[in-house]
Amino acid sequence: MSIWVLRGLRDGVVTTRWPGRADEYADSWRGPVTVISDAGQAPDGLCPTGAIEGMRVDQGKCILCGRCVAALPDVFAWSAGATGPDAAALARQALVVPPLPETDAAVEAVRARLAERTAGLRRSVHIRHVDAGSDGSEEWEIQALLGPVYDIHRLGFFLTASPRHADVLLVTGAGTAGMAWPLRTTYDGMPDPKVVIAVGTDAVSGGLFGDRLTGVATVVPVDVWVPGSPPSPFAILNALLIATGKLPGAPRRRPPRAPRRRAGESL
Amino acid sequence: MTIVTTEPVWDALDAAIARGERFAGMSAAVRGGAVTLIVYVAVPGGVSTLEANLPPGVDRYPSLTPRVRAAFWYERMIHDLTGVVPDGHPRLAPLVKPGNPTPRHVAGYGLFTIPHGPVRSGVFESMEYLVETPGEAIPHLNMRIFYKHRDIAERFAGAPPSDGVLLAERTEGIASVAHALAYCHAIEAMAGCEIPQRAALVRVIHAELERIANHLDVAMRLADAAGLAVATTRLALHKERVLRLVSGLCGSRFGRGVVVPGGVRPFTGELPVAALIALEKQVTADAHALMGTSSFLDRLRGTGPLTQDRAREHGALGPIGKASGFSDDARVVRPYGAYAVLSPGGRPPGDPPYGGTPVSPSPLGGDALGRLRVRWEEVGQSFRLIRQAADMLTEQQRLPVQVLCDPPAGRAVGWAEAPQGEVLYDVTIEDGRIARCQPRSASLHNLVLMHEVFAGDILTDFPFIEASFGLSVAGAAL
Repeated sequence: MSIWVLRGLRDGVVTTRWPGRADEYADSWRGPVTVISDAGQAPDGLCPTGAIEGMRVDQGKCILCGRCVAALPDVFAWSAGATGPDAAALARQALVVPPLPETDAAVEAVRARLAERTAGLRRSVHIRHVDAGSDGSEEWEIQALLGPVYDIHRLGFFLTASPRHADVLLVTGAGTAGMAWPLRTTYDGMPDPKVVIAVGTDAVSGGLFGDRLTGVATVVPVDVWVPGSPPSPFAILNALLIATGKLPGAPRRRPPRAPRRRAGESL
Repeated sequence: MTIVTTEPVWDALDAAIARGERFAGMSAAVRGGAVTLIVYVAVPGGVSTLEANLPPGVDRYPSLTPRVRAAFWYERMIHDLTGVVPDGHPRLAPLVKPGNPTPRHVAGYGLFTIPHGPVRSGVFESMEYLVETPGEAIPHLNMRIFYKHRDIAERFAGAPPSDGVLLAERTEGIASVAHALAYCHAIEAMAGCEIPQRAALVRVIHAELERIANHLDVAMRLADAAGLAVATTRLALHKERVLRLVSGLCGSRFGRGVVVPGGVRPFTGELPVAALIALEKQVTADAHALMGTSSFLDRLRGTGPLTQDRAREHGALGPIGKASGFSDDARVVRPYGAYAVLSPGGRPPGDPPYGGTPVSPSPLGGDALGRLRVRWEEVGQSFRLIRQAADMLTEQQRLPVQVLCDPPAGRAVGWAEAPQGEVLYDVTIEDGRIARCQPRSASLHNLVLMHEVFAGDILTDFPFIEASFGLSVAGAAL
């Protein structure tokens, strides 16, 4: 027993302080590709998933292969940070960058509705994960959240095996036919309020399989979209905080107060 | 009526096995309505194929499984994907397509079937186990892997070869580097190109870092199953350090985007050797402490045994085979890249270099403890290989890391040793596009052995057996 204690003391605290304090690994993470100028046009067929649409990039299809960045470094660049503005989106169209003004307005509306829905989720959020046909790497990244470096327990997030106890549904994978019914049944088994997060480019759009498997939005209504192949644990944690309205800066809304009962009034 | 065009091929396979060669998988190619059955045979120094052409319009053939048990799942997969029927197959149920409820194997009063999955309790890949049990013991279990079937082979068809490596990386995401290597080896063999030494060393570094991460993940899951929270946490910490090290080298925590046909992508990350040595010390120390925890070893000892005879007959790959006394590590028997010039060390002189026959497999066979021991040994070897490769790299600074490798046409089988075992890629290029690419992961070959390792084990042993296999469902369901 004592050897573990001594080693733990020697290594000190390894847990990140994010979001309370900045984290260098999170900030230096290479996110999906973004457009930095209109200095050139991408040739047809450059992007293996078809994420490049004219002068815009659909980050929901970006598998971070880097081909566009290598070919046209003046036009395309990695977006900065696993927790930056491009790390997660509240609407599918918000992943197409540069965003259009009407997208921003739509996203604000979505954010307000989501905040209203999740206002009651305070310090105890239970997460249910379902794999809808991933390649196996997204599961490692979600598993890492439970480890000592990310430690989501310190933020009040817990994993649960039962959909009945779950508030958040994390879905990975491109949405295989075989997992459509199990995924839908899991979602239906979750009580309201519930939030669905599509984790990874496969879940958002099907990724490289996008011609046949188009992601999980056809099976469950997705609230937060997290691109990445796979997304970093920080990006997933960022999405969890956004989804539950806990991220500093996300509009906060107090839960509706229970109506006061007048004396003599029965329920 | 059964057409017997396959008989000479099955006879040739029997002869190969009698010579000591290994059945390594089976697939089918469809061309203009005619099906060709392809059997992969691992021979010293390479992987060869035996092919049986079924005449057009013929959709039945005498099954291989009665002669070679290891063909069991392959023939079911071929049946699902092409429709050809293997006559005499012991259980032709769908493998990668949904099907009727699986019939019970064990009958008796009080027996029931627990359907475990596909949505699992915890962060797991989706897969269903049908556990037949009278309450505690597990006389039999069935597996259904069709939930995650993505039909990867179909996606490969028609893709440009440069997209092929991206698909290979995402076939089995936790073994991205090994899959990319196997695919690129096929392309490079076809083109006859030799990659620069510098690229070969970088490939070794990434492949071995991937091996360390996978073995740490297995150890972490075993410690978690045993309820050892501190060990689980420390192993998770070490695994996270490995993944951060990899992302520091190439921007991807899984080594994606490193291996390309002809070499590796130009890289700027410098391997932090001091951090690696420190990590090795900590991993070794924690592994030593974990392997000295008797309550942990008690859970693993005798759990999930696979006999040596079955491991040899099946050609069990990777640590599962090694723990049961059967070793055919592609890095030594079919060396590729820089493995021929590196020596992992750590084994007694005269013993095979990459974990050969263990000292004494128990009569029951290689158990979960044996598999974990093999993995710790491989981790130590991986650290040594990485340091050797890093030393050799610093000696050669300004040399290219990629040569042009773009074959217009050809066919080759590439292989690489993933953490789970040997991965094969059968690639055919025509007119500069992939005409056909069939991956065969170690997970697909080995997962069927889960049927056979529940000798007297009970329900609480299940997570240990599953974790000790360390396989990926994505690689099995393809």
